Amino acid sequence: MASQTILQKLEILADAAKYDASCASSGTAKKNSLGSAKGIGSTEGMGICHAYAPDGRCISLLKILLTNHCVFDCHYCVNRKSSNVARARFTPQEVVDLTLAFYRRNYIEGLFLSSGIVKNSNHTMEQIVEVARILREEHDFRGYIHLKTIPEADAEIVHQAGLYADRVSINVELPTDAGLTRLAPDKDARQIEGAMGNVRSDLAEAKDAKKRFRHAPRFAPAGQSTQMIVGADAATDADIVGKASRLYDNFRLRRVYYSAFSPIPDASAVLPLKRPPLIREHRLYQSDWLMRFYGYKPTEVMQATEADGNLPLDIDPKLAWALKFRDSFPVDVNRATKEQLLRVPGLGVKAVHKILASRRHRTLRLDDVARLTLSITKVRPFICTVDWRPVMLTDRADLRSLLAPRTEQLELFAA
Amino acid sequence: MTAFQHVEAGTYYVTEMPEPDDFEFWRERARALVQCEVPPDRIAWIEPGGSGDLFAHGERRSPMPEEGARPVRANRRFVSLAKNAILHSDPDRFALLYRLLWRLQSSPRIMEDKADPDVRRIEELDKNVRRDSHKMHAFVRFRLIEEESEDGEPREHYVAWFEPEHHILRANAGFFMRRFANMHWSILTPQGSLHWDTETMREGPPAERSDAPGGDPMEDLWRSYYASIFNPARLKIGAMLKEMPRKYWKNMPEAALIPELVAGAQKRESTMVEAGTLEFEERPETLAAIDRAIHACRKCPIGELDNEAVMGEGPRDAALMIVGEQPGDQEDQAGKPFVGPAGQLLNQHLERAGIDRGAAYVTNTVKHFKYVQRGKRRLHQSPGAKEIDTCRWWIESERAIVQPKLVLAMGASAARGMLGKTVSISKARGAPIPLEDGSELWITAHPSYLLRLDGAAREEQARLFDADLAAVRERLEELQA
Repeated sequence: MASQTILQKLEILADAAKYDASCASSGTAKKNSLGSAKGIGSTEGMGICHAYAPDGRCISLLKILLTNHCVFDCHYCVNRKSSNVARARFTPQEVVDLTLAFYRRNYIEGLFLSSGIVKNSNHTMEQIVEVARILREEHDFRGYIHLKTIPEADAEIVHQAGLYADRVSINVELPTDAGLTRLAPDKDARQIEGAMGNVRSDLAEAKDAKKRFRHAPRFAPAGQSTQMIVGADAATDADIVGKASRLYDNFRLRRVYYSAFSPIPDASAVLPLKRPPLIREHRLYQSDWLMRFYGYKPTEVMQATEADGNLPLDIDPKLAWALKFRDSFPVDVNRATKEQLLRVPGLGVKAVHKILASRRHRTLRLDDVARLTLSITKVRPFICTVDWRPVMLTDRADLRSLLAPRTEQLELFAA
Repeated sequence: MTAFQHVEAGTYYVTEMPEPDDFEFWRERARALVQCEVPPDRIAWIEPGGSGDLFAHGERRSPMPEEGARPVRANRRFVSLAKNAILHSDPDRFALLYRLLWRLQSSPRIMEDKADPDVRRIEELDKNVRRDSHKMHAFVRFRLIEEESEDGEPREHYVAWFEPEHHILRANAGFFMRRFANMHWSILTPQGSLHWDTETMREGPPAERSDAPGGDPMEDLWRSYYASIFNPARLKIGAMLKEMPRKYWKNMPEAALIPELVAGAQKRESTMVEAGTLEFEERPETLAAIDRAIHACRKCPIGELDNEAVMGEGPRDAALMIVGEQPGDQEDQAGKPFVGPAGQLLNQHLERAGIDRGAAYVTNTVKHFKYVQRGKRRLHQSPGAKEIDTCRWWIESERAIVQPKLVLAMGASAARGMLGKTVSISKARGAPIPLEDGSELWITAHPSYLLRLDGAAREEQARLFDADLAAVRERLEELQA
């Protein structure tokens, strides 16, 4: 094979990384390069999306694979051994140069590096760590680094990754063990969770050390995250929500990313023929938010699912829950607790805070609430104010159809 | 009194701002005006370069508060919002801030009343400014120029052209300084410019787009990254436009690609789907239907060869399913599985183990004969992983109908066909592997492997094969008991 140019490799290895949903660059420790001799970069806690692709996803990090050669044969993965895609491999130095060149031009917040497995897991993980090492040690790079770690690699090498990276992630891949066995035959659920457990204890240890020694080494200050593929196996939304909440509990994950299974070139025959509707992924993210910011328990999110165990696609999970538990409504905005207000469909966390702050000064009328929310139509059936009681509405059988957005034919060429 | 009458009376004040973002100046003036009890409707605030002609006769000097005048009250929330809101391009912002400051003197908790129109407006201004700042952090694109330093050495200088909506340039100098501390960089905007030389920050005059460099060799790489990371199967233009409005596009090199990426997405997705997915119909419900379907199957290149599909054979309700690799030359001609040399060897071993072949369902992982033509002979070729995975559809369909209690997979291809992964025969043989449907999988060598061996090696493998078959017979009896 003629040697590939950097441009050709970048095309192949960025293309191979495009199925990964995670991209965040937030939640890490603050650092900057002022006062250092040659350092470059900063992180200020909040991540920055430097561009958006036409798929609506943000581009915050240079997200590439070190190589898309792989000895594994996971069916959903475009890089699996038996797939017929073009292959390429970067050297660690090439990734470093590319990251720095992009960073200096303010195209990116840092690097998100993943890799196919070449030779063996340890070798691959060492290469990934080497990229981070050169960036941090030789170039004093202070931007964001997210490393995808390989569960089969030795804990010691994964630990090294955490010392250089802001965030590490280990993909659980599929929501059920049966799905994993069928679609990722070379992977082992227990090994994956074992690796997550190791990272969790490394994180706890580093946090503890930081309390006692000011110069204790930082270990992945942005924590660990994971990703699972949705729609490639028969797992229901209830299964997925259950799995996600167990992962949050057991491993203190910062985020669980859901990636709708996407058609891939040269797909394996055991995959489903159709991609799941993208809205399903969106509903799962919404349910994730309900658990993380609105105080819903996983079992409550599961109560919002329909008979087949899946969340409704036409309405959001919060509305779905409210429609099933109508006796919890209407909520009196002038008297309800914060927890009760957070359950009102159409009221976000910010709107709830505004309501709580405002009602210390005035008794809220419907118009006042309208000024504090994005859309009063959605909220109205579920609240009462001094001048509004929706008693009839919550009893109406057709409430759902009144609130569900009208389904529209999607535009093919909207621009 | 009307404003005009106040002007006449010398009690109407005009304040010209020296800079559009000078919070300290505004604060000094506003403090004095509040202390002199000048109500908001008797003050005009004028932007630098703005038209003050209307108020030509207003008092331009700030009034002097009396000794011991009441201190001005402003809470922290107001100050932090005001510092940011003053950067907004709305010409009424100074007046709004003063009005709020004025009202704060009598109602100190007014900032908490989120439904108040003035409070809502200042929060809106603050939000717009924060958004514009955030977009500046994100969308500034530096271009590299090589220049000479004072001592004649070549030096890298990164220059960006940016058009902010509000007066945010100076306020965001710190972000770029902290991030690019060891780079020489300049940000040029229509409102002013910033220059950092790794030690000091210098402010410069407004610039024009032509002052900034026009391109950078890295932009080709960046554009190719942008195009490659985009997944055409997930086109969501609205979501992109919400976060990256068109007004920013003209200064972002990658944005030029958007129209063609969007236009090509449908086609790329369908190509991907066509190349990727295999359109299997519903699972056939009878063995005869499978037989018909495999004859028509062209999902992989083997189906295109000059051969006939070979269907499995045996009772529809067999407890044992025996799976080989693929039909060979003789099987292809006879249309029956395991009739060639390997089949005969299999029959001998089955008989020795006490397994009735007639009671078993015997089939192959791959349904067509894969070969290369050498003269008149067709030489057997092993199927590839992809071909086995493709053919899994059919063997799974057969299994769904026959529902055997025990499946005996012979050889690596059969094992892969059942498990979806490649396993080592020597490690996997001799013990049951539970399958999803509750049945058991046993793995052993393929009889044609024995045919390729001689002498002691052949005897050894034949012994292992017999042992596997004996174990299978015993287990089968247990299962059927």
